[in-house]
Amino acid sequence: MRNSARHQWIYAWLLLSPAMIFLITFTHYPAVQTVISSFFSTARGRRESVFIGWDNYTTLMADEVFWKVLVNNFWYAVWTIPLSIILSLAMALWVNDKLRGRGFLRMAYFTPTVLPLIAVANIWLFFYTPGFGLIDQIRGLFAYPEQNWMGSPDTALYSMIAVAIWKEAGFFMIFYLAALQTIPPSLREAASIEGAGKFYYFRRIAFPLLMPTTLFVSVNAVINSFRLVDHIFVMTEGGPNNASSLLLFYIYEVAFDYWDTAYAATLTVVMLAILTTVAIGQFFFLDKKVHYK
Amino acid sequence: MTPQSTFRRKSFDFDRFLNTFGAWCLALLWLLPLLYAVWTAFHPSEYETRFSLFSPLTLQNFIQAWNEAPFARYFLNTVILVTGIVAAQFFLCTLAAYAFARFTFPGRSFLFTLVLLQLLVMPDILIVQNYQTMRSFGLIDTIAAIGLPYIASGFGIFLLRQTFMTVPKELDEAARVEGCSFLGVLWRVYIPLAKPTYLAYGLVSVSHHWNNFVWPLIVTNSVETRPLTVGLSIFAVTDSGIQWSVINAATLMTSGPLLIAFLLFQRQFVQSFIRAGIK
Amino acid sequence: MFPKIFKIASVASLTSLAAVGSAFAVDLEFYFPVAVGGAAATTIEKLTADYVAANPGVNIEAIYAGSYSDAGVKALTAARGGKPPQLSVLLSTQMFTLIDEDVIVPFDDFVSADEQESWINGFYPSFMENSQTGGKTYGIPFQRSTPVLYWNKKAFAEAGLDPDVAPANWDEMVEFGKKLTKKDDSGNVTQWGVRIPSAGFPYWLFQGLSTPAGAILANSDGNKTNFNDPKVVEALEYLVDLSAKHGVMQPGSIEWGPTPKAFFEGETAMMWTTTGNLVNVRTNAPFDFGVAMLPAKERRGAPTGGGNFYLFKDSTDEQKDAAVDFVQWITSPEQAAVWSIATGYVAPRPDAWETDALKAYAADFPPALVARDQLEFAVAELSTYENGKVTQTFNDALASAIAGEKTAQEALDQAQATADRILKPYR
Repeated sequence: MRNSARHQWIYAWLLLSPAMIFLITFTHYPAVQTVISSFFSTARGRRESVFIGWDNYTTLMADEVFWKVLVNNFWYAVWTIPLSIILSLAMALWVNDKLRGRGFLRMAYFTPTVLPLIAVANIWLFFYTPGFGLIDQIRGLFAYPEQNWMGSPDTALYSMIAVAIWKEAGFFMIFYLAALQTIPPSLREAASIEGAGKFYYFRRIAFPLLMPTTLFVSVNAVINSFRLVDHIFVMTEGGPNNASSLLLFYIYEVAFDYWDTAYAATLTVVMLAILTTVAIGQFFFLDKKVHYK
Repeated sequence: MTPQSTFRRKSFDFDRFLNTFGAWCLALLWLLPLLYAVWTAFHPSEYETRFSLFSPLTLQNFIQAWNEAPFARYFLNTVILVTGIVAAQFFLCTLAAYAFARFTFPGRSFLFTLVLLQLLVMPDILIVQNYQTMRSFGLIDTIAAIGLPYIASGFGIFLLRQTFMTVPKELDEAARVEGCSFLGVLWRVYIPLAKPTYLAYGLVSVSHHWNNFVWPLIVTNSVETRPLTVGLSIFAVTDSGIQWSVINAATLMTSGPLLIAFLLFQRQFVQSFIRAGIK
Repeated sequence: MFPKIFKIASVASLTSLAAVGSAFAVDLEFYFPVAVGGAAATTIEKLTADYVAANPGVNIEAIYAGSYSDAGVKALTAARGGKPPQLSVLLSTQMFTLIDEDVIVPFDDFVSADEQESWINGFYPSFMENSQTGGKTYGIPFQRSTPVLYWNKKAFAEAGLDPDVAPANWDEMVEFGKKLTKKDDSGNVTQWGVRIPSAGFPYWLFQGLSTPAGAILANSDGNKTNFNDPKVVEALEYLVDLSAKHGVMQPGSIEWGPTPKAFFEGETAMMWTTTGNLVNVRTNAPFDFGVAMLPAKERRGAPTGGGNFYLFKDSTDEQKDAAVDFVQWITSPEQAAVWSIATGYVAPRPDAWETDALKAYAADFPPALVARDQLEFAVAELSTYENGKVTQTFNDALASAIAGEKTAQEALDQAQATADRILKPYR
């Protein structure tokens, strides 16, 4: 039975349509609508929404909180992405290495993934609480000075970063673990026969083979650096003075606390722009790597 | 930190010892929050900050948590939600992935780019607009509203397409020769071969949606639709201060199922990722 | 034969009356937040059930919506989504926002002139400050509070202070605080003198400083703020100095959640928090404690806090009448007493305090009277149009001064400028 080309693409479109409908309704259409909304003012019960051109964007540029939040998100990404990837690689290597108690290790590393962030945020809140919090109890044993981790602008963001890294590293570990287990042991043996040391093996052979995984994991890490804001709701609420606020959290605040939906749309446009740029960049990278197999 | 040489020269390998030590330290550090949760859940609230070894155990916290909020209902909501999402994802993404993998048609790369965009431009970001959309459909405060934005998953389509593309064309042609329709081939050939991918993807998706917070927070208003994460956050918030013992009891109750499932199926979990060839 | 007909007729008429009655049953739902632990949610549900039992023509469903901000978000999203509740208990400070969003109506149109006099005018005036504007009543006080000072009598005695006397003014608070602050050998503080939570929403407790200093933060029309008034600056400098200069309070922003725990653990000898915590402290404090009004400066002062009942616009007139009736019932002295005893919120009417239940409770537990007595000096909680944004601007300014990022004057000047910009369209 020969398929005419026409037959093919009707079929293909039919197959695609359910998914595409939902995709467009909940991803592409809202994205476009958000851009459009950003050019209007927020409708209040007693006032209609009016076209105001670039006004929202001028407000954005002048908004100190926005710039602060953007910088925060940048540092959040800069710290969480590499650290969680490196840690997850270490974890995968350790677990793969058949160290003693590897089942326990694997479980321990993966546990944060199955615990909802909003739930563990309260636990971390306890850890960070000055005075009787766990961290303070421990540092009390060493007679270091008391630190108000969440209450001081210098450390608030980093407290949140630590929680995020804790949450994600175990999840990425699974991907690396899977990838490591597909590296044929013969490679390792061959390398050591030729006198290659452990570092050399890792650097020149194992790591490049893990490249696709690393790219995949880093895509996820980038997404998470924008998405993982749950703990902020419970722990610092973005404070003090927006020191630990992130873009998505600020968007939530503006949209659902201030009810300024137009400005929230404007902020979302910025986020979309950043993410799309990153998406395109990583897509090209990923595509090359994936296709070369 | 690197795979061990197969030739062990000394009986005590310092390097290995260091690695084991490091791994264990990290593991204990990683487990600390869970350990703390277990500690406070089973001890009365006076012991939230005091870690004396033989303090009295109690189940009161669990009882209190259970009574103070309808966790059974939240649990049911979450199960319905997650099952619904994953089932819908499997269905939609399979069809779409099949189309991308095995058909040629105009607009294929453009549409695939649109799909890939969703990998980064997630519904989580478009909360404001999606909220308006749900409102216009009259779906605010329904479980469906929580799940709908996620069921067409770029990640799922991408994964399944990759997997389908590795299926040898001969199998496809053989089935067609036997008179299978397109869908028949999909059902007979592709889906069975992609089982590991489905498993891996399903596990990732379950984990993600079980833990999702911000979108369900916005879209749900009542007990009948709230998932566990939102229920927990509401439960934990009071002016009279945080009662860690009760909150952690609630946390354990709500994360318990996932945690136990993972403990039991650890190996399969990892294996499925390997076989899915997610690289 | 006649009795038989009579019986049939009466059964028939009763049945039809019942049918008519249920056909006219009014359905109401209301969102309520629970910001204090304890049996608050169960108490509301019980009160609601009592009312429904006594009023067969009405069905009321009380829906627990979470914290104040959750309930606010829920009610507004429901209203914007076209399915609003008929009433809700929401923050008193949200009045202007709710008016601006055009989702509530004033109670005046649904009460007779007598009721206006006896019911609406029977609430404590300080609670009505956040409930009325433009000559109309938009909110009816229900779960209201003021912040109070709790002190650890045992710690006071240990520090050589009279355990029954709380600091009466700012200077005394510093003086007592210094005696109460204990350090260990390495110089780390093991017990702070005072704890005023400032993370998240510092403005509320801050009003417990700005009001005694003699300043009012916003006008009653909700369109003008007074953030950089010299007295406000003075209050902020005092707050910052508690940590920075006098060393009697932990530096940095202090979390609300752990505050009661910190008090119980002896990590702080005095704490400022809502009177709504009374029941919690009474149950859990392992020592004798006292409750006092906030220390005075030029005068005594405190903000009010808590939630009002609001009547939503998008409902039928029957529903509105039934809703108003319900609110009148639940704020009447007997019910107000039940609610106050269960939670620690201040019963919002003087006549509630005259009921036997509350009199007995107050005799048994005098600290319950402190918040009520402070009402004489209480002022409106900070509330304006665009309340979320304006309040957050103020919160940010306070946080930056507490963190030492800006001086009090700088921070407040900036906040005032931003607030002016936000509120200009409303003048």
